[in-house]
Amino acid sequence: MKLSNGKRLERLHDRYQNGDLSRRTFLTLTAAAAAAVGLDMPWMRQALAAVEEVRFDGWGGTVQDAIDKYAFKPYTAKTKIKVVQGTFGDEDEIITKIKTAKPGDYQVIHSSGVNYYIKYVNGGLTSEINEANIPNMVNVLQPMIDPFRKLTPKLSAVPYDYGTTGIAYNTKVISPEEAKEKGAALLLDKKYAGKVGGYSDMTTRVWYAALATGQDPNNLKDMDAIWAKVRETRDLAKKFWSSGAELMDLLSKGEIVVTDAWSGRVAALQDQGHPIGYLDPAGSYAWMEDMLILKGSPMAECEELINFMLDPATSIAVAEGQSYPPSLDPTKVKLTEKIEKLPAFDKTGTMKSLTFADPVYWATNEDAWTKQWNRISKGA
Amino acid sequence: MRRRWTLYDPRLAWLLVAPVLLLLIFFLVLPIAVMAAYTFFTFVTAGVETSALTTANWHEFLTDSYYAGFLLKTLRVGAITALLCGVLGYFPAYFIWATTFKHKWLLLLLLIVPFWISFTIRTFSWINILGEQGVINVALLKLGIISEPLPMLYNEGAVILGMLHFLLPYMILNVYVSLEGIDRTLISAARSMGCTSAQAFREVTLPLSLPGLAAGLLLCFVLAAGSYVTPQLLGSGRDALFGNLIYDTIMGELNWPMGATLSIVLFLVLGFFAAIYTRFMGMSQIVKGLGG
Repeated sequence: MKLSNGKRLERLHDRYQNGDLSRRTFLTLTAAAAAAVGLDMPWMRQALAAVEEVRFDGWGGTVQDAIDKYAFKPYTAKTKIKVVQGTFGDEDEIITKIKTAKPGDYQVIHSSGVNYYIKYVNGGLTSEINEANIPNMVNVLQPMIDPFRKLTPKLSAVPYDYGTTGIAYNTKVISPEEAKEKGAALLLDKKYAGKVGGYSDMTTRVWYAALATGQDPNNLKDMDAIWAKVRETRDLAKKFWSSGAELMDLLSKGEIVVTDAWSGRVAALQDQGHPIGYLDPAGSYAWMEDMLILKGSPMAECEELINFMLDPATSIAVAEGQSYPPSLDPTKVKLTEKIEKLPAFDKTGTMKSLTFADPVYWATNEDAWTKQWNRISKGA
Repeated sequence: MRRRWTLYDPRLAWLLVAPVLLLLIFFLVLPIAVMAAYTFFTFVTAGVETSALTTANWHEFLTDSYYAGFLLKTLRVGAITALLCGVLGYFPAYFIWATTFKHKWLLLLLLIVPFWISFTIRTFSWINILGEQGVINVALLKLGIISEPLPMLYNEGAVILGMLHFLLPYMILNVYVSLEGIDRTLISAARSMGCTSAQAFREVTLPLSLPGLAAGLLLCFVLAAGSYVTPQLLGSGRDALFGNLIYDTIMGELNWPMGATLSIVLFLVLGFFAAIYTRFMGMSQIVKGLGG
């Protein structure tokens, strides 16, 4: 089949958007082709214009403050490329916005690991990263990269940090000894009825119900028992929080005295002097976060930004600021004492001490379980 | 032969309403039509749907009692809120109308002042008032009136209170506008014929202000029943309304076809109430109330 010049340029454009071509190569080829045949594609003016900003969307709060301070500001100072930032409380919210926007409106997402990666892949929202443009990926923990590569051999995201959703408790009400003894069962302790909280998220609720019923969260056998436990927690709960800021507000104001909580947010509360304790019970829910580049983004600039963020000095500063361990392999990069003391930190670099959700298993059940959880959360 | 334009030419009327008509078509009718079409799309998995037509979403809505229960609960909360707005809003409106205070405009301005602050921030402020460490609980605890904080937040009462806070000005303005339209000589006439103040109010003022009250009730009911932010911030999961259900279906389950179905249902139900009102009361009352 003979291709027209227009078609060739369209394909070239697609390859650039997918990350197969560097921006420089793309512009060179486009300019050469345009000069040769006198074409002016609709996107050409936009492509030829210098990229002056990159769009980033993250979780806001202390986490994004740290990224902004230790990564974005130095990156802008170095490259003159501004990082325009947005925030979301729930990643499904940003996926909805991306679906309704045109490619390129949203570019880099601080995404919640493999479970969400599947949603982007299913929705056709992912790009293809040119890993040669991110040399600092060599320091990233291989066990964190592997699950992504299983889903898409050509990556669209780079792991950036990880943490756990453990149990946070008010030490004025619950002693560390009691917390250690009861572990995840604290969320079901009738003594704290009306003072219990929890993340308003299906995965977290089902995970903790699995621990309470003694089931393997990655191979659930008795779903009726799971939903019964979810209902039990719901009936004891005062409020299911839906953002890190809300979690910190509820805990710091004493509205709730025990909840499952994100390790980094609890560390931030502890730094502020609040009487909050934290423990990771056996089988605690571990998760990782990644920097995801969406389809239609200026790949070279986004890759450059992520490479900058993965630079050990930057990554360590961000990790200390946001209180989540970085994705850097501690056997390759010397991390600080502060990071080594962070909850969930894995000094071996194997991640074997942490229990992550099996992305394929959870993705298979996601739709039905989310629907059921939404109903239970509303009293069903 | 071409007809010449006249002052009250229907063509001129069409020309004048054309811009508004186009705006309505593009920004109201068309989006609703697209959403209606979406209700027949097929949900594949979170965030993915196909245009293969199906009635599965409507079947699920019509056969699953969960949705009907939610709808009834939403209508109940909307009705309670509207009635409370009516009871609590009538008296301030009457006071503003009846007062001889020469700077009456100042009282009306006070009604509008809350709109200068973000609705979300106004709603959030209730957390600092009703919370366990909020103003009320702390004051009562310090005064020794209570020994344990009162559970005033994250329940249906808090949701209704938050909506009252938001909707009361709409009710007051509606009633006030209706009262302003009353010919005061009718009240004087009633008094001169032997009515007491209370009788004059009951026999003349109240009946003549009813259209404004009814318009306010409808407006408050529709806005309360369609509310999303207030139940999200001040209620627990159990206090969610139909709007929250739509949000969770679209944003949480990423199930747009079902979310569109629920949206169309809410639109039809609230539209039905508005249509009944228009049939018996006339929409002009609402327009008057909103326009001042």
